[in-house]
Amino acid sequence: MAHDESDRLLSLLSEGRDEFIARWVSTVTSTLAGRITPAEVQQDLTDLYGALIVALRDGGLATRNEAYGEVRSLLTELSRSRARQGFSPTETAFGVFALKEVLEPALSRSEDIAAYLQFARVLDDLGLYTVETHAKTREEIISAQAEQLLELSTPVVKLWDGIVGVPLVGTLDSARTQVVMEKLLQSLLDQNATHAIVDITGVPSVDTQVAQHLLKTVVAARMMGAECTISGIRPQIAQTIVALGIEFGDITTKATLADALRHALRRIEQREAAAGIGGLA
Amino acid sequence: MTDRVPILKIGDVLLVSIQIDLEDQMVMDLQEDLSQRIVDTGAHGVVIDISALEIVDSFVGRMLATIAAISRVLGAETVVVGMRPAVAMTLVELGLSLGGVRTALNLEQGIGELRRSRDEGPVRR
Amino acid sequence: MTSGVEPVEESTAEESPIVGNGDVVRARQTVRTLAQQARLSLVDQTKLVTAASELARNTLTYGGGGTMRVSIVTRGSRTGVKVTFRDDGPGIPDLDLALTDGWSSGRGMGLGLSGARRLADEFELVSAPGKGTQVVVVKWAR
Repeated sequence: MAHDESDRLLSLLSEGRDEFIARWVSTVTSTLAGRITPAEVQQDLTDLYGALIVALRDGGLATRNEAYGEVRSLLTELSRSRARQGFSPTETAFGVFALKEVLEPALSRSEDIAAYLQFARVLDDLGLYTVETHAKTREEIISAQAEQLLELSTPVVKLWDGIVGVPLVGTLDSARTQVVMEKLLQSLLDQNATHAIVDITGVPSVDTQVAQHLLKTVVAARMMGAECTISGIRPQIAQTIVALGIEFGDITTKATLADALRHALRRIEQREAAAGIGGLA
Repeated sequence: MTDRVPILKIGDVLLVSIQIDLEDQMVMDLQEDLSQRIVDTGAHGVVIDISALEIVDSFVGRMLATIAAISRVLGAETVVVGMRPAVAMTLVELGLSLGGVRTALNLEQGIGELRRSRDEGPVRR
Repeated sequence: MTSGVEPVEESTAEESPIVGNGDVVRARQTVRTLAQQARLSLVDQTKLVTAASELARNTLTYGGGGTMRVSIVTRGSRTGVKVTFRDDGPGIPDLDLALTDGWSSGRGMGLGLSGARRLADEFELVSAPGKGTQVVVVKWAR
């Protein structure tokens, strides 16, 4: 019986193809208020209509069926581009639901009711799918932006030949410290730098976890063959560190960035003198 | 018999460049071969280049620490050079810090490091 | 966020034996390949491969050999790599002790299990004396 219904639907959709598409396009276009050209909508919906007919023929009404793969991928593409263009999930899903409205008048015969209900269910499924894809795309955009923000907020700068520095500003969490650590270590390699300075003047507070991350950065830099100094430890932070019982071990800490830079320069001078290539410095 | 990591001699420095992912047996062999070569050649320094290694696990990490300790006993200073950033971050997370091992960014700086340490005499760390 | 309750789906599973020294190297390569496919960052790849290396050696040394199963997993929009090690060895009598840094019953540094736990995002250890050991680690792409 389900077969008869999908057969009936198929013949209806195939026969009325051009008319349905035209009405579908005009219904959808009117809701999008000129933000997309009718030609684009025409293109999208014609492709979708074609794929839908193929899916109905091969897969019946089961939208989970493989036959609906093409329909889904078209919908994915559609929802993604709509999400990027800033359309709401409702507007995106309406693109699918509008087909119901279009078909309604054509399915007026009483035996068509069952077929219509079945088809409505298919469209509901597909509509929900666009909403889901839409939401997923928005999430991707948000996480990409968060990542960009992270990148922007942690510049690694070259302070001198062989010395790189990161001025940290704002609250440090695990994710951010991880990014700082990665960028700092990579720049040691890129700049051939033997000294790194992490300046935390702009960091309002340091908890155990952040202190741990700073320690790890220093140890990792040391294993790569570079020396890492933490500078800009304000009195309150020094008190917190001591109060928390965090062991900073043999890590070099300086009160200001200037002190740290002086320290690094002196170390480089010493090394060059010891290697017998100094005298110029 | 598995492959062995080649040990090159340049002046009074032994150079080990690890180019492939090491099987545990090769790690053990290297430790043995290197101790023997230090004694045979009377080398003053050992440079181990790990810039090609994509990972260093606790087994290889321990080998590096052991080689540094053994060579020191035999009168040679060891410098491990070229550790990749991702490897360094992983080792820290793993809980290894290679405390007694000298390190340098690359081969050139590693050799400079050895030259300095010889001029300065025994190193304190 | 709903990701906590969404089911984990698995794909591209690969299973391989861990019975000889060469298998530890092969295990690392297999994990690396799938970690790249799952688009883990370089640092996360390195962490997962290192964890797998520790666990593969454990399987070999303490479990007397076993199997490794690597698969790409998805949960909601997140992708990750799951690695499972199984052996029918003597098992671990005291799990808490085995996860303590520096504790070792063999030739390692005692960082194998505890280190692997720190390197992974998810870690599960099931073992009992005489029942073998199963360790599961998962690393998610950031």
